[in-house]
Amino acid sequence: MAYTVVGKSVNKVDAIAKVTGKAKYTDDFHERDMLVGKILHSPHAHAIIKSIDVSLARALPGVEAVLTYKDLPRINYATSLPGYVDDGTETECEAECESDRIKFSTAGHPYSLDPGHRDVEDRHILTKKARFVGDDIAAVVATDELIAEKALQLIKVEYEVLEALTSTDAALKEGAPLIHEEHEGNILASGGFAIGDVEEAFKESDYVFEGEYETSIVQHCHMENQTSYAYIDSDGRIVIVTSTQIPQIVRRVVAQSLGLPWGRVRVIKPFVGGGFGNKQDVCIEPLNAAMTIAVGGRPVKIELSREESMVDTRTRHAFKFKIKTGINQDGKLIGIHISAVSNTGAYASHGHSIAGSAGGKFRYLYPTKALKYDPITVYTNLPVAGAMRGYGCPQIFYAFESHLEDIAKRLNMDPIEIRRKNLVEVGYVDPVSKNKITSCGIRECIDKGKALIKWDEKKASYKEQRGNKLRGLGMACFSYASGTYPVALELAGARIVLNQDGSVQLQIGATDTGQGSDTVFGQMVAEVLGLPMEMVHVISTQDTDISPFDTGCYASRQTYVSGMAVEKAALEVKGKILEFAARMTDIPVDKLELVEQRIIYKHSGESVLTLEQVAMQSYYDRVHAKPITSDSSNNARINAIPFGVTFTEVEVDIKTGKIEVLEIYNVHDSGTIVNPLMAEGQVHGGVSMGIGYALSEQLTFDAVTGKAQNNNLLDYKLPTIMDTPDIGVAFVETYEPTGPFGVKSLGEPPTITPAPAIRNAVLDATGVAFNRLPMNPQRVFEGFKKVGLI
Amino acid sequence: MFKRIAFSVNGKAFNIEVDIRESLLELLRNHLGYTGAKKGCGVGECGACSVLIDGVPTDSCIYLAVWADGKEITTIEGVASKSGELSAVQKAYVEEGAVQCGFCTPGLVLTTTALAESGKEFTREELKRELSGHLCRCTGYQSILKAAEKSLEGHICTCVDSPHYKGK
Ligand code: FES
Ligand code: FES
Repeated sequence: MAYTVVGKSVNKVDAIAKVTGKAKYTDDFHERDMLVGKILHSPHAHAIIKSIDVSLARALPGVEAVLTYKDLPRINYATSLPGYVDDGTETECEAECESDRIKFSTAGHPYSLDPGHRDVEDRHILTKKARFVGDDIAAVVATDELIAEKALQLIKVEYEVLEALTSTDAALKEGAPLIHEEHEGNILASGGFAIGDVEEAFKESDYVFEGEYETSIVQHCHMENQTSYAYIDSDGRIVIVTSTQIPQIVRRVVAQSLGLPWGRVRVIKPFVGGGFGNKQDVCIEPLNAAMTIAVGGRPVKIELSREESMVDTRTRHAFKFKIKTGINQDGKLIGIHISAVSNTGAYASHGHSIAGSAGGKFRYLYPTKALKYDPITVYTNLPVAGAMRGYGCPQIFYAFESHLEDIAKRLNMDPIEIRRKNLVEVGYVDPVSKNKITSCGIRECIDKGKALIKWDEKKASYKEQRGNKLRGLGMACFSYASGTYPVALELAGARIVLNQDGSVQLQIGATDTGQGSDTVFGQMVAEVLGLPMEMVHVISTQDTDISPFDTGCYASRQTYVSGMAVEKAALEVKGKILEFAARMTDIPVDKLELVEQRIIYKHSGESVLTLEQVAMQSYYDRVHAKPITSDSSNNARINAIPFGVTFTEVEVDIKTGKIEVLEIYNVHDSGTIVNPLMAEGQVHGGVSMGIGYALSEQLTFDAVTGKAQNNNLLDYKLPTIMDTPDIGVAFVETYEPTGPFGVKSLGEPPTITPAPAIRNAVLDATGVAFNRLPMNPQRVFEGFKKVGLI
Repeated sequence: MFKRIAFSVNGKAFNIEVDIRESLLELLRNHLGYTGAKKGCGVGECGACSVLIDGVPTDSCIYLAVWADGKEITTIEGVASKSGELSAVQKAYVEEGAVQCGFCTPGLVLTTTALAESGKEFTREELKRELSGHLCRCTGYQSILKAAEKSLEGHICTCVDSPHYKGK
């Protein structure tokens, strides 16, 4: 379909603000006499607080408040805001009154009216029981950072240290201590789905293969750490300015965590320095709100350090998979059974949803007669895992695409052929979600990727390699989703105001955290209204008091789901413009069209009015004035499945275990590409994150104490520009009939398949299968030693 | 303890008392309002806080404010012209799509500016090395490298490993 602005690489609407230093992020706002909030984190992975003495800290000059679990609200406490003033006296609270303290969930999911569908509420703002090294025990508000730090050191805590369960194996052992009393066996949740009878399918299959695969705990490493500040406004409402992907959810969770009416909280999101899922969680805002309440509403900021951000916010779940697959001689998959153990760390956060999403999104790629998925999500005494780009998919696709490669090798089949034999086609209806595939370009993606990397040529020339440096090729496919339907609500809002000069303001509830959604929405409005981009003013700040309701930036949902709301709002404004013009001219509305800021006769193209004339009349006509606006909301009860593939060529240094990615191409079917340059940028970032996942990134912990060993950017091996190869990007532009302008999602997908593709390329080069991430030189070296290559 | 220092930021002269414990980043952001310099780690790992000190890219988070005595400092706010026209480097970053969340951008634009102003020639690998003190989680560095190359056009090395190699 031919568009004028959609499909063009227009400059990012906020790029100039960002290259000039004018873009304001949370920490760039200064309130006079802003106080500093600091958190005392547990030094133990698993411990009960026997006693906590804050008297010395409270006595330190410059300390305005000290909070522990004792100071936090009980259920139904707080209808008297800002009545809570910390007068220094401690409420007498023994263990028995612990149960009436508010427990809440931090997960960035929309609220559900169905109590059975809500997130697990398993945490307090400050805890009496430490569940990981870094758990929030107490907090200080002081006039400056140094005093706050000093006060933290003056808090005396006596712990009863319990056994630290630093792996899922330890947590699942018979008789292991319980991390949460309510969760037997330390199992947060279990359960997946079953299609057909997998045991029967194995009996029917010519071959049955099994494999085990394991992924590691990694961290988002968004460049802007989690940060926020909060104060109480003159009308008694708590205002929180925060670096978040989900302002509406932050509002609700803060209110829930403090027992406040939701309308008493206002959340403002300025520019955000990256999130990648980490900020799809409500980590610091409830405590920040409690801090400002404790100091009578004065502004308090919490700025996490990098070291805190890496362990005290969220990480990506490590998974262990066992896969059993039945397949026929001809390569047709008959039955698949995937078991998974997901490590959620100390609290549920997104909990079992990640494991659920992994299976749910995998289900589309290779439909088989029988597919059984049974994951369990396990608590451990490690940092809390939450949402991270891909939401379970980097894990499951690493496992399955590795497994399928192993099968291809055993059957002596071409890895591309085995996939082609099993890939989904348009029209397929997923038996669980009832979602139908309405566009699918995965086969074309494979063709394109194969040509780009010169698969056949290189395969042939690498047949007889010798020496210490071996080259190999690998690939891996994925399917994903555009939003969360039918699992959760997919509501988005957009509002447009036509200005006197014919330009418009666009307000959306969707949040741009760097990926470029503001620009894409601007392009959609420009397209519908026939405006140049400079006449579409996108309001980039979200404010829960002002912005339309949208659940936020996650699940690669915004271009697709929020895009629907934006398109709807733009069409409504266009309709109103034409109606207004019809009334002004007495020409029937169906004879008119809006083109290049002019109202024209449809049949002849002859100009009737300028858009500006209509806009002026809409404001100032003494009889008919009524400014042209729209305020639309869209409840998307649909989902579109994007697809794609990674192709890569690696060179493996057998002597050192170093893997070098020589070439890597990601080819995506994301429907219509609204902005090619920005879309490429999304893919670059995702692939680079995927390469880190494959080769270097891993948060490591002391097995006994559970303490993180590398929670900083020096020891955690985030790819630098020197580590990142040239990343090739291509698109297969299908037209997705359910999406606005034919779009499907793109945000998360690029990061899913680099790791399995690299793993498969290493297998191709060396014959050694690495079934555990990351494939860092040490692990690869040990792997080669084990099989006698060195 | 405080100490009086004299320095300039983007050509504007300052003569003020600074807390001797404070970093240049804290001075710039918290006291002078130059919030374009970002804090990504505070300990010299990420490059988000880079400013030019007498033209040299420096992590301002690990540079004491008192050391700025007598120095000329350039922050991101001082790169565009006074009338708001973007520099060639800024334009390249905008046009090449090198900006996503933008948190790493000020530091990278400043380092690229210093490279452009050095008048030196760089191979692609040398350029990467020069930029490697800046971490970026959004872009995979692809468009950043392109923007840097575009900024340096004219004095970029045209040797074989360069995309500007003319013999291709
Ligand atoms: S903030 Fe200075 S190097 Fe990271
Ligand atoms: S653009 Fe986000 S960190 Fe570089």
